[in-house]
Amino acid sequence: MGLELYLDLLSQPCRAIYIFAKKNGIPFELRTVDLIKGQHLSDAFSQVNPLKKVPALKDGDFTLSESVAILLYLTHKYKVPDHWYPQDLQARARVDEYLAWQHTTLRRSCLRALWHKVMFPVFLGEPVSPQTLAATLAELDVNVQLLEDKFLQNKAFLAGPHISLADLVAITELMHPVGAGCQVFEGRPKLAAWRNRVEAAVGEDLFREAHEIILKAKDFPPADPTTKQKLMSRVLAMIQ
Amino acid sequence: MGEGTGPGALARHRDPGLQLASCGCGAWHRLNMALELYMDLLSAPCRAVYIFSKKHDIPFNFQFVDLLKGHPYNKEYIKINPLRKLPSLKDGKFVLTESVAILYYLCRKYSTPSHWYPPDLHIRARVDEFMAWQHVAFQLPMKKMVWLKLLIPKITGEEVSAEKMDHTVAEVKNSLKLFEEYFLQDKMFITGDQISLADLVAVVEMMQPMAANYNAFLNSSKVAEWRMRVELSIGSGLFREAHNRLMQLADWDFSTLDPVVKEKICKNHYYQQAVMAPICNPSTSRGGDGRIT
Repeated sequence: MGLELYLDLLSQPCRAIYIFAKKNGIPFELRTVDLIKGQHLSDAFSQVNPLKKVPALKDGDFTLSESVAILLYLTHKYKVPDHWYPQDLQARARVDEYLAWQHTTLRRSCLRALWHKVMFPVFLGEPVSPQTLAATLAELDVNVQLLEDKFLQNKAFLAGPHISLADLVAITELMHPVGAGCQVFEGRPKLAAWRNRVEAAVGEDLFREAHEIILKAKDFPPADPTTKQKLMSRVLAMIQ
Repeated sequence: MGEGTGPGALARHRDPGLQLASCGCGAWHRLNMALELYMDLLSAPCRAVYIFSKKHDIPFNFQFVDLLKGHPYNKEYIKINPLRKLPSLKDGKFVLTESVAILYYLCRKYSTPSHWYPPDLHIRARVDEFMAWQHVAFQLPMKKMVWLKLLIPKITGEEVSAEKMDHTVAEVKNSLKLFEEYFLQDKMFITGDQISLADLVAVVEMMQPMAANYNAFLNSSKVAEWRMRVELSIGSGLFREAHNRLMQLADWDFSTLDPVVKEKICKNHYYQQAVMAPICNPSTSRGGDGRIT
């Protein structure tokens, strides 16, 4: 059995891995783990990732979780073009810097924006207070601005003149609130131009394919009570 | 010039005082020029960078950015790191933030012993996995414990609700359980027989709640033994020195906290997120109108 990637394209980090693997022609078996059906909580999946989260990788007997670790593993194993994770000490440090920063900041805001704006009310049937939604969107705004001011600045891509892992992780995060109907690129021409460059570098078809599910998040049918019960406490912990 | 050009190769330059090395990226880096490290050892990520740098005799100037005096908000520091967070590194004109990025940078530039960040694909992945996981699942609960148990009461004069305290203790215990069962298991260190960056980052995070008199190592003898091994590998003297300021935090006179600094701390984005966010208990995550808050 070759490389297996356990993904649900509803999830931001899964999209980054999917795009990266496809773009670089890395051969893999896609194992879909349907999050809204709670498949990540199954005993079978916990054999692959006891932490019960996607994405997860299985390469022979070797299993791995955490999207940043998976992206780095694929980068090293498959010897992808240098620009994804440059050999140059300082350029590489810039990529590492973004990949470290985003966990508690942009990723968190993007996740909360999706859940507070769409997933709680539509999928779980749980209304969200306007104050909470407003606070979440305000925080998202702060983090998107930081992305532009501190990381992108006047460069073509986040870590320099070429696309890297940092851009892939950032763009897939931002598509979460986009899927929720938030206009994150509006009034941000610099960021919008960057988005277009990233999409072009990845390939428009691949980008569209990876984002088909998230862009339909508003249309998810409501969860049945059993599923809701199963997912609720983990969702609340996830978006904390 | 020099003896080879692969990673770790050293070179003699015309200037005998200038030591150069190649880290494998093809460029030559000045090794003996001191770095600037902007830190306050109250912060766990700063301690990781401090310990690693001292352990490997990496030349640096300790730029003390006093968290208790609000120095991260000073104009001078904002120029270094507009995010006002610690640690930051300055190497000539190159400024780098995020302790994980800094640790990787130091490993590569100074060609530290390979067990810290092993070249083997699978073993390195285990380090990367922990370094990614710890931001949310480990660092946040440990930090929260110090805020809720020590800092909020000291700064505001008010105790935090028992419910919130219990919840935070449960979060810390859960992350320790995951650490033991998934990352450490029955190994000596996270990657196996030798210490790596993952152990260093884990141990400094686990030490954080000590400031609030909460000993995270009491939960499990396996973890307590691992901590001793890590401390010995680092060197007890260095370990203790790095944690001195943290261990004295409870004795600091909080009445001397500048009101402007107090306000900034309470409004700080990260404080809000780590501490003030509502508990994720389904029965309490609702406002009076039944909606999610």
